[in-house]
Amino acid sequence: MTTDRIKRILGGLPTHVVLLGLCAIWLIPTIGLLVTSLRPFQDINDSGWWTALSAPKGSEDYSQTCASCHGSDGKAIATADLTDPELIDQYPRSIKLLAMLKEDIEGQPHLPDAPMPEPQQAADIADYLKRISGISARPRFTLSNYIDALMGYRGTASYTEDCATGEQALDLNCNASDVMNPRGMGRAFLNSLLVAIPCVILPILIASFAAYAFSWLHFRGRMFLFALLVGLQIVPLQMTLIPISRVYAQLGLNGTFLGIWLFHTGFGLPYAIYLMRNFIGSLPRELFESAYLDGMSHWTAFYKLALPLSVPAIASLAIFQFLWIWNDLLVALVFLGGQTPVLTYQISNMVSSLGAGWHLLTAAAFISMALPMIVFFSLQRFFVRGMLAGAVKG
Amino acid sequence: MSDVQIPEIMKQGKIAPWLYVAPALLIMTAFIVYPGINTFLLSFKNADATQSAATACVAGEPCWGIFENFRYALTTPIMLNAFRNNLLWAILMVGGTVGMGLLIAVLADRVRYEALAKAIIFMPMAISFVGAGIIWKFVYAYGTGQVQIGLLNGIVTALGGDPVSWLSEPAVNNYALILVGVWMWTGFCMTVLSAALKGVPTEILEAARVDGATEWSVFWKIMVPIIKPTIAVVITTMVINVLKIFDIVYVMTGGNYGTEVIANRMYGEMYVRHQSGRSAAIAVILILLTIPFMIWNVRRFREQEAIR
Repeated sequence: MTTDRIKRILGGLPTHVVLLGLCAIWLIPTIGLLVTSLRPFQDINDSGWWTALSAPKGSEDYSQTCASCHGSDGKAIATADLTDPELIDQYPRSIKLLAMLKEDIEGQPHLPDAPMPEPQQAADIADYLKRISGISARPRFTLSNYIDALMGYRGTASYTEDCATGEQALDLNCNASDVMNPRGMGRAFLNSLLVAIPCVILPILIASFAAYAFSWLHFRGRMFLFALLVGLQIVPLQMTLIPISRVYAQLGLNGTFLGIWLFHTGFGLPYAIYLMRNFIGSLPRELFESAYLDGMSHWTAFYKLALPLSVPAIASLAIFQFLWIWNDLLVALVFLGGQTPVLTYQISNMVSSLGAGWHLLTAAAFISMALPMIVFFSLQRFFVRGMLAGAVKG
Repeated sequence: MSDVQIPEIMKQGKIAPWLYVAPALLIMTAFIVYPGINTFLLSFKNADATQSAATACVAGEPCWGIFENFRYALTTPIMLNAFRNNLLWAILMVGGTVGMGLLIAVLADRVRYEALAKAIIFMPMAISFVGAGIIWKFVYAYGTGQVQIGLLNGIVTALGGDPVSWLSEPAVNNYALILVGVWMWTGFCMTVLSAALKGVPTEILEAARVDGATEWSVFWKIMVPIIKPTIAVVITTMVINVLKIFDIVYVMTGGNYGTEVIANRMYGEMYVRHQSGRSAAIAVILILLTIPFMIWNVRRFREQEAIR
């Protein structure tokens, strides 16, 4: 009996190893991004994010070269306290530090036992000394990247530092109004919401009307029209961008919310009608029959019976549509562009204009991912149900 | 999709039904039907849609007359490169997502933390291609100095290798991009395939196991044949997605270093080089490539519905 159990556990082992390994591979890139977005920007380009919890740069060289006399905390020699910012400020670079180390102290070499550090090591030691003396003291983790990204800060220090010294850029005021800076993620977040919410409500509302008619109203060509509308799902988005942006240019709708609302509504409809029709059409017929016998009109039957009963379908549709619009880049790029930047646009713009500003990029990416992640993890059930009910859009 | 019989009592009015469908009809005509037809027509026009495409021909060079935009879209080296890349995407990404999705669906079915494992694999579906682009650009980061902050180069150098510029090195960059696509879409394949696997009758599986069948043959000889229709639907859906792949390439390489794909080229022709005719021609080719898979997909989907 027990050997059987051991066998079963051992037999299951490869399953666990492979599955957990795959889960790790899937998670690690995102964890790397999260850790990086929380590190001070000076550290991000100096060491990989996986070293975030190990000793800071230069500490090893310091303990080899200096700790025997100055002590591990740098305070052992009272006349040369290495935590004194005024003293350390005299040796900001490796050249000055090395030159000082080569000088004799009271006729004795500065470094009697330890070998002279290499230039790279000296630079690391100088960096470490700045850290312990408080000249550039920084915590292991910080939220300042998020603040910088939200405010659209593009300087070389950080938003809070610059505002403290009064050196802020021209487009920043160092008060709450900075959240609305058009270059920042705060504004883009608001724009994304302003795009997404109507784009979720409109197609669902319009599709519900149509789906009700296709299910419970009688008119000529009903099934043909339904098949035609649902069939429009095959038209790829790319096919329609060019003519519509031309028409929008004539109507002055390029760069307006109305333009993108209408476009997303049009494109959301085929799938929405399909899903809603399948749901409303499968509600029990007797329900509607008796409602009409009681003298209910179609309109009351629609909003008192059909709509409340199709909440599950509406929920999965809403999640789909929301994630699709929140994450869309192409449509936002074409119809909104830089005038009203949404999150995806703002980030892709940062990639091209900032190059490797990883501290801003990682924080910005997380700001854009926060809401869809919350929506997804809290409403996963509806999402999966909607996906299994039909093809996925894209 | 059978026609529901509508009771006599419910047949009220002749105009009312049209009021319910009118908003949908109007918007879909304006935003899907009209532009679809218009794009088709634009593909035979020149760069600013004022004259026939034939006017763009240059004397002494090959010319397809009114199909000049299609000559550009089908014969120029950059477009051929885009087609080759899309083919590579189609083979590797579809194979990768469906294979991984099936593997994870089967494995997750046997463990107690199934829901958690599936949520982790599915998570990338919730984030944007742009967000995923940043995540992976950071994994692929290449430092010219001693320090490698990208995870992949960190591993490579830790193992004693030389760091690689994953996104600009033509030998590897397409594979690096496709990996991102696999990371994003495996969750979709896994979820659909997992639902299908749950539908395989347990009695059949038990009977086979009692008869001494190995797990390997249970998988290949029972599970796979039963869920074959679902696998087919997943494959075609993925092929359609891959044909339209745009965001990953746009964000990570911009189509440079030999990573161009059809949809990115279409965007670039229209909004960077202002060649609406060429762009429309590429869009038409894209839909022509997609339609067969779409039709096949809808047909298989209906067959499945009928079986249920």
